[in-house]
Amino acid sequence: MLSGSSTGVSVDAGAGTAAAAAANAGVDADADAAYVVEMRDITKRFPGVLANDRISFQVRAGEVHALLGENGAGKSTLMNILSGLYRPDGGEILVRGRRVHLGSPRHAIAAGIGMVHQHFRLVQSFTVAQNVTLGMSKPRFVLNMRAIEDDVARLSSSYGLQTDPRAKIWQLSVGEQQRVEIVKMLYRGADVLILDEPTAVLTPQEARDLFTTLNRMKQAGRSIIFITHKLDEVMEVADRVTVLRDGRAIATLDRKDATPGLLASLMVGREVGGAVPGKKAACGDCVLRISSVSALGDRGTLSLRSVSLEVAAGEIVGIAGVAGNGQRELAEVITGLRRVQEGRILLRGADITNRTPLEIIRCGVGHIPEDRLGTGMVPNLSIVDNVILKSYRSRPVARGPFIHAKAAREHADNLVRRFQVKAAGLDRPIRLLSGGNSQKLLLAREISANPGLLVAVHPTRGLDIGAAEAIHHVLIEQRNRGVAILLISEDLEELAALADRVAVMFAGRVMGVLRRDEWDIERIGLMMAGSATADTGHGADKGDRVS
Amino acid sequence: MEQTAMAFVTSVLSAAVAAGTPILYAALGEVLTERSGILNLSLEGTMLVGAVSGFLVAVRTGNLVAGVAAAAVAGGLIAALHAFLTVTLKVNQVVSGLSLTLFGTGVSGYLGKPVIGVPTPVSFKPVAVPALARIPILGDMLFNQDLLVYASYVLVAALWLFFYRTRPGLHMQSVGESPETADALGINVFATRYAYTIIGGMLTGIGGAYLSLAYAPSWIEYMTAGRGWIAIALVIFAIWNPLRAVLGAYLFGGVDALGFRIQVLGAIIPSFFLKMMPYVFTIAVLIFATARSRNYRIGAPAALGLPYERE
Ligand SMILES: Nc1ncnc2c1ncn2[C@@H]1O[C@H](COP(=O)(O)OP(=O)(O)O)[C@@H](O)[C@H]1O
Ligand SMILES: [Mg+2]
Repeated sequence: MLSGSSTGVSVDAGAGTAAAAAANAGVDADADAAYVVEMRDITKRFPGVLANDRISFQVRAGEVHALLGENGAGKSTLMNILSGLYRPDGGEILVRGRRVHLGSPRHAIAAGIGMVHQHFRLVQSFTVAQNVTLGMSKPRFVLNMRAIEDDVARLSSSYGLQTDPRAKIWQLSVGEQQRVEIVKMLYRGADVLILDEPTAVLTPQEARDLFTTLNRMKQAGRSIIFITHKLDEVMEVADRVTVLRDGRAIATLDRKDATPGLLASLMVGREVGGAVPGKKAACGDCVLRISSVSALGDRGTLSLRSVSLEVAAGEIVGIAGVAGNGQRELAEVITGLRRVQEGRILLRGADITNRTPLEIIRCGVGHIPEDRLGTGMVPNLSIVDNVILKSYRSRPVARGPFIHAKAAREHADNLVRRFQVKAAGLDRPIRLLSGGNSQKLLLAREISANPGLLVAVHPTRGLDIGAAEAIHHVLIEQRNRGVAILLISEDLEELAALADRVAVMFAGRVMGVLRRDEWDIERIGLMMAGSATADTGHGADKGDRVS
Repeated sequence: MEQTAMAFVTSVLSAAVAAGTPILYAALGEVLTERSGILNLSLEGTMLVGAVSGFLVAVRTGNLVAGVAAAAVAGGLIAALHAFLTVTLKVNQVVSGLSLTLFGTGVSGYLGKPVIGVPTPVSFKPVAVPALARIPILGDMLFNQDLLVYASYVLVAALWLFFYRTRPGLHMQSVGESPETADALGINVFATRYAYTIIGGMLTGIGGAYLSLAYAPSWIEYMTAGRGWIAIALVIFAIWNPLRAVLGAYLFGGVDALGFRIQVLGAIIPSFFLKMMPYVFTIAVLIFATARSRNYRIGAPAALGLPYERE
């Protein structure tokens, strides 16, 4: 059939909207192709942001429809509208040809639409079965949990979604929690299932299992809306794809007409930058040496188990792993924010185990924390104040007990220029900066202290491609200047592009270390799931390099 | 000698239940409110308003049931104000609770002026339950009490079943644990929080009425003497579980009663020290209970004290 695809192929990035209009026109021509869901001209405004700008979007029965776009493109907003959580400011929604008003999630569920949110909506202290039955109207009053547990077990195994209905949510891995979310929606009879960036929290193998489940559901006649910003996933699992950019629908195409290159240019609106420059200077001396470090997590259980790792000058060591396997705790013990129970941490031979954060900063350790606006900076303070947070004790910013305002301003001004931070003024609170710009500023502050070691935790999470590239360039540049960098990331592509070596963490342990030339996505995935170790020993044994 | 020791134990236990009951009502109300995610610190003020309203209506009408109903309505009204401030206007819950404590204390003093020292024509009297009251020690302690005490037994059982065996109970807890989740599943977070805050306030009001109509039938300004605060501490001790709240309430009641009895026996311990006991005990129990649960973060509803906003 003639969908938007034929026009879509010829779309160039600049002519996005025109192409979208053409695509939609093509789609309207065969309106009897029974759409399960049709969204027309949906508009949604947030204070200062037009998150959805007259978006039209159709889903057919029994298809996997990918919704592709960069961070901030408006994907989650559009689907929150479809799932009844947000009210649109304009436009209309048709379900199976009938206009509906989705005033609340209850209405959406009644219309057969269920959404699995990016941040799971599960009650941690409840069991799986309690979460599944939550919000249903039957049985009305008395709950027979045994019967519900049996139902849940039956339903989940029929889709190959293994879960224990009596387990508490906090006991489950992220992948298992996602299965519970899917079961929850199937239990309500949802035949349109929306998944918001479902693979972001999965290992590559878990992602493949998810795709198998999605295919099974598709065969059963259900429709799946799959939100993602990863091109390869679209190519692997989608039947059709709609690309969003800056709150607008750019094009809808069949998968067979799509190529990763075309999708990328539609998504970004320009040519995507090539590989990261300047690979590799020679590695220098060992800067950070962690030996057999164990530490407790927030719940008082062991979250680092005898971790050993080394980072040399001029080297980026990546830490891969599914969230919650000890990565955050590792960054915290190095930067002095968490107590080491056992083992030692050496920085250029000096023992920094359980030193205070201030002492560690003075030893030349920079830190890009995971929570950049909470731990990294003070959202309500100005750019100037944030920039001098670590240097206000010493000259030129400090003048005795006072702060030299002019020096501080100059320092901030320098950094803003050098790192091309887009800001309306140096005195504006930092919370008004976009994610990319505040991250650039944080990185600038850390680098301006000339660290010997930089610990960067998810430095590009949630940033658009342009900002992420800028951050990557800075990291590479620092490495080439001889800084030792520990890069913790959940984004395997990022690690593949930047890291000289990658250590994979699982359950608080380092499962193995792979050198750049040993990179093997399959092995890394297995290690992330805890079912393999790097048994070659090459990567782990790097005595040759250190000495 | 044995006879008197026995009588002493029995009378202390029996007094423990009576002294624990007003705290129990308030604590059960607060358990409900906090389980839905709202922290209501106004118990002290709400109990006072309940006590004075119950007393005024009972004196005017001579009807105990009307008195208790008035206390419940008055408690519910103050809680409704708290709900409006914290759920709708999203005022800081601690600030709202503390202001309403002051408000309740002031209003009760004003309303109660005319009836200070007035004897009440009616009050709750112990009614022995046939057969059960004759069980040694326990019979006198649990089954030779007044109707409000018996009602509290039913309430505890009903709340336990409600929490752990019913859908509305599950929904209420989900609102306190994760309002986003509840909302995404079509549970009305605002309505739920309003409802359980108001019901909690009604129970707290009844707890106040127990003081003025059963425990010490009269109206004295500031007659709660900190019981509202003890009830709040008790909720933490009880880990938000109604059954444990009973245990805690009677423990506090026992310490209270024991101090009083020892004084009557003419011991040489200074009376100020004995009066201090329940409060010292509260602090000790809190230290103990929280030191144990802190590392595991058990009990407290995860969204307690946090306002909910959808967008
Ligand atoms: N609740 C909200 N309040 C204000 N702005 C929001 C809210 N949700 C999203 N936005 C803004 O709307 C835009 C689109 O966001 P979103 O739909 O989350 O994008 P995506 O899911 O494609 O990454 C972004 O600029 C974001 O900052
Ligand atoms: Mg999103």
